[in-house]
Amino acid sequence: MSNSILRNILRFIVLVLAQITLFNKIDFLGYINPYPYVLFILLFPIGDNRALLLFTSFLLGLSVDMFSNSGGMHAAACVTIAYLRPWILQSIFGIAYEYNAVKVSTAAYGERLLFASIMIFTHHLILFSLESFNFSDIIYILKKTLFSGAFTLLLCMLFITLFSFKRK
Amino acid sequence: MQQIVNFLIKYRNFLLFAFLLFLSLVFTVQSHSYHRSKFVNSANFLSGGIFTGIDNISSYFDLKIHNEQLVAENSKLRQLLLNTRDSISQEIDTTSFDSRFQITTAKVINNNYSHKDNFLTLKAGRNYGIKQDLGVITSKGIVGIVDRVSPGYATVMSILNSNSQINAKLKKSNHFGILVWKGGDPNLVDFIDVQSKAPVKQGDTIVTGGKSTIFPEGIGIGTIAEYALDPTENFYSIKVQLFNDMTNVGHVYVIENLDREEIQTLEQETRDEQ
Repeated sequence: MSNSILRNILRFIVLVLAQITLFNKIDFLGYINPYPYVLFILLFPIGDNRALLLFTSFLLGLSVDMFSNSGGMHAAACVTIAYLRPWILQSIFGIAYEYNAVKVSTAAYGERLLFASIMIFTHHLILFSLESFNFSDIIYILKKTLFSGAFTLLLCMLFITLFSFKRK
Repeated sequence: MQQIVNFLIKYRNFLLFAFLLFLSLVFTVQSHSYHRSKFVNSANFLSGGIFTGIDNISSYFDLKIHNEQLVAENSKLRQLLLNTRDSISQEIDTTSFDSRFQITTAKVINNNYSHKDNFLTLKAGRNYGIKQDLGVITSKGIVGIVDRVSPGYATVMSILNSNSQINAKLKKSNHFGILVWKGGDPNLVDFIDVQSKAPVKQGDTIVTGGKSTIFPEGIGIGTIAEYALDPTENFYSIKVQLFNDMTNVGHVYVIENLDREEIQTLEQETRDEQ
């Protein structure tokens, strides 16, 4: 149990640091940045402690906001996907989720990909909508969501595969 | 009463979610208005310290370019020094020397240009005499305006920010306009509200105007890349190619106009009397 807490705290710190030092500075083609720090919310242990997940997601978003001068955009996007996570899990994993028998890092590849993409694209859509704060920029928002989302998804799937081989 | 408690317990997660979402939306709305991002910004001890650490490593990659910029500026200044027209006033007399502007150098430790509202972080703050609303330039042209200040660090609202509005003029004819940025290419900004009578030509230089008390008059901004009359045909809207490469800013100068308060008090008094 304490091992799991420790692992999550470590994951939080490493992901925030990697985000601000590395991934915020990629600027691929001038405007595409991946946000793989959402991996923390994807991999958060599945259980009954939803309040804890909401609160840590808020802290996660706010830490990234502080380093990128973006107000509370990341925090809002993180809190929303953290809140929606149980329903998304339930609709994808069905009965297995009810019995707490699901682990994102060891789930079947297709289900894992579906789960990650729904979470990531929702997060990015909220993030970029709040960034532009103007619905006349809808094309810009969708374009950024699509490209950055695909980049984030690629990195997240890569990291899950890379860092979970031991537990298989 | 019992029902209220039951309701709170039943919907505690939703209430927590609503509260946290509300909080982050408040921060977001604040960040979209000028000078209001009070709580969440990168001018603080923690983020400043981490950005300094990163910059200690990454600054080596741009060392060559920054050196070339410094040499270019030095040679320009040397040229000015050796070619002064008036040999008598070369000795600076501090009692009569007109020092309207005070200049502080600072190092940029963080820089964005891919968002809609971009900020830079400087490793110099209140302890170095940096204050809110001072102008920030490089040897090539303007960079932005100081936004938030902490003892050791400061954030700068870049000209690549949707809240930024800077008074500028055509160098050739002194026609005024406003410099804004609508997102997209970090090398192009918009120069709007220029009178249709102004003689606009491709390649003309745009400099800062004297109307603002933030920047000195005549600091370079960029050249006209393309221009068109707006639908009402009263004003030009002009695309300006910046002199500065905003994606690579190393060292900057922070400019304080020492007469600023005096000018502002005077203008306020004039307004009050009317």
